[in-house]
Amino acid sequence: MSTKKSAKKSTKQSTKPSGKLSMKSSAKKTKAAATPKSARAPKRTAAKAAVKATPVASASEFMAHAYAMEAEAAERYAEFADSMEMHNNREVAELFRKLSRIEQRHADQILEQMGWKQSPVSSADVRWEGAEGPETADSTELHYLMQPYHALQIALHNEKRARDFFAHLAKVTTNAGVRKGALEMEEDEAEHVRLIEEWLKRTPKPDPNWEADQDPPVLSD
Amino acid sequence: MNSPAVAAPITAQAFKSDYKPIWCPGCGDYSVLSSFTKAFAKLDLRPENVAVVSGIGCSSRIPAYTNCYGFHGVHGRSLAAASGLKLARPDLTVVVASGDGDGYSIGGNHFLHACRRNVDLTYVVMDNHVYGMTKGQPSPTTEPDWDSKLSPGGTGLRTFHPLVIALAAGANFVARAFAGDPNGTADIIADAIRTPGFSFVEILSPCITFRPEQREWKQMVRQAPVTSTDDAARAARRIMTDDGFNIGVLYKGGRKPYQPPIGKGKKRPSDLEAEFTL
Repeated sequence: MSTKKSAKKSTKQSTKPSGKLSMKSSAKKTKAAATPKSARAPKRTAAKAAVKATPVASASEFMAHAYAMEAEAAERYAEFADSMEMHNNREVAELFRKLSRIEQRHADQILEQMGWKQSPVSSADVRWEGAEGPETADSTELHYLMQPYHALQIALHNEKRARDFFAHLAKVTTNAGVRKGALEMEEDEAEHVRLIEEWLKRTPKPDPNWEADQDPPVLSD
Repeated sequence: MNSPAVAAPITAQAFKSDYKPIWCPGCGDYSVLSSFTKAFAKLDLRPENVAVVSGIGCSSRIPAYTNCYGFHGVHGRSLAAASGLKLARPDLTVVVASGDGDGYSIGGNHFLHACRRNVDLTYVVMDNHVYGMTKGQPSPTTEPDWDSKLSPGGTGLRTFHPLVIALAAGANFVARAFAGDPNGTADIIADAIRTPGFSFVEILSPCITFRPEQREWKQMVRQAPVTSTDDAARAARRIMTDDGFNIGVLYKGGRKPYQPPIGKGKKRPSDLEAEFTL
């Protein structure tokens, strides 16, 4: 598996497939992180999936898992976008839609790099240490009044989980091909983390009362 | 149970309709919808061979979000409609979607007798321990001390225990799943559909709008430490003594499904119409 470390590019920039075996291209850098924890939400705990490796015995299996991870993340962001759109939060909907497209592009790149028409392993059959993939956003973190900053927080959290996942996999695997791929991925994910952190710096922080709703859903009297 | 089609493998996406869910952001039902479509794809079914039947409530909106045959029926009466459908069209895979209010309160009586009849259905109840659609009233599975504006100090009522009741009433398959584990839930739903007879799957599906504390469920659920059993008494003991967060197939029996012969004495619509003519 060859390394294709993405050059530093703008976060908004899309990337073309490298044609090589790097699992995540610079396209991923465009990804905004997602972790919109509402003020009411309990304190986030690190997902188990981010720190425990899934058993992969070959480079091909590794890529199939990577594909599943990207596809699952893309599906979740698309779901978030639909939900935000339905609740007329168009700005955040657009951001999640972008994240979904980026993740899907990464998934497609893996297929292309491996010469697969489809992954040999159905994404639904892949099992992680946690309930979902290391890059899949937690579905309970949404709030209908959330702002782009929250969406980026979610994405940042997921990128960190993905980075930790690959780092751990590289550490524990006994397969040289898997280790090489995992290290490349860890490096890519680490760069995505940095990019999203930069993006967050440019994004206005929400007002402390961002959750305030003059017509709240809970009956108040 | 329905026999799988033989055409090319189908994707979960092929079971989704063009309608976008209007559930609250963060609702567990999104993931349950995903589990439905993944289970159908896993079984290599086709939308035209599946019927999704529901009653009333947030969870009961699911039929609209699939492109299978759907019936969004009367509050609490989804099992009655689904039983009729399955008996008349045993070739269809019939899946029923409900919630803890629709299924255990308004539809409580139908639940008991559907278990007893053992028609080959899969009954999926999305349990969030609250009536979400009507703004947060306590449901049969709400904790007795849940304090809210609509139930100050809590109801003080004992909670309904659906899995044990299903077991006692004769359900042939009993499982608990968690919406936050969509792939695992899809496996359980697929197993439920594969298993002949009445299959009951209770899914813990957080309502973060009215029960934000249910976000913690993801830290509380765990795989059941034992495999499923075909011994109803053993399953009942296990279910009665767990804390409600053990996930997995808890009971799988071998009762023969209820399916009377069809075709004999079948009446034409015009005959039926004549019977009701005054």
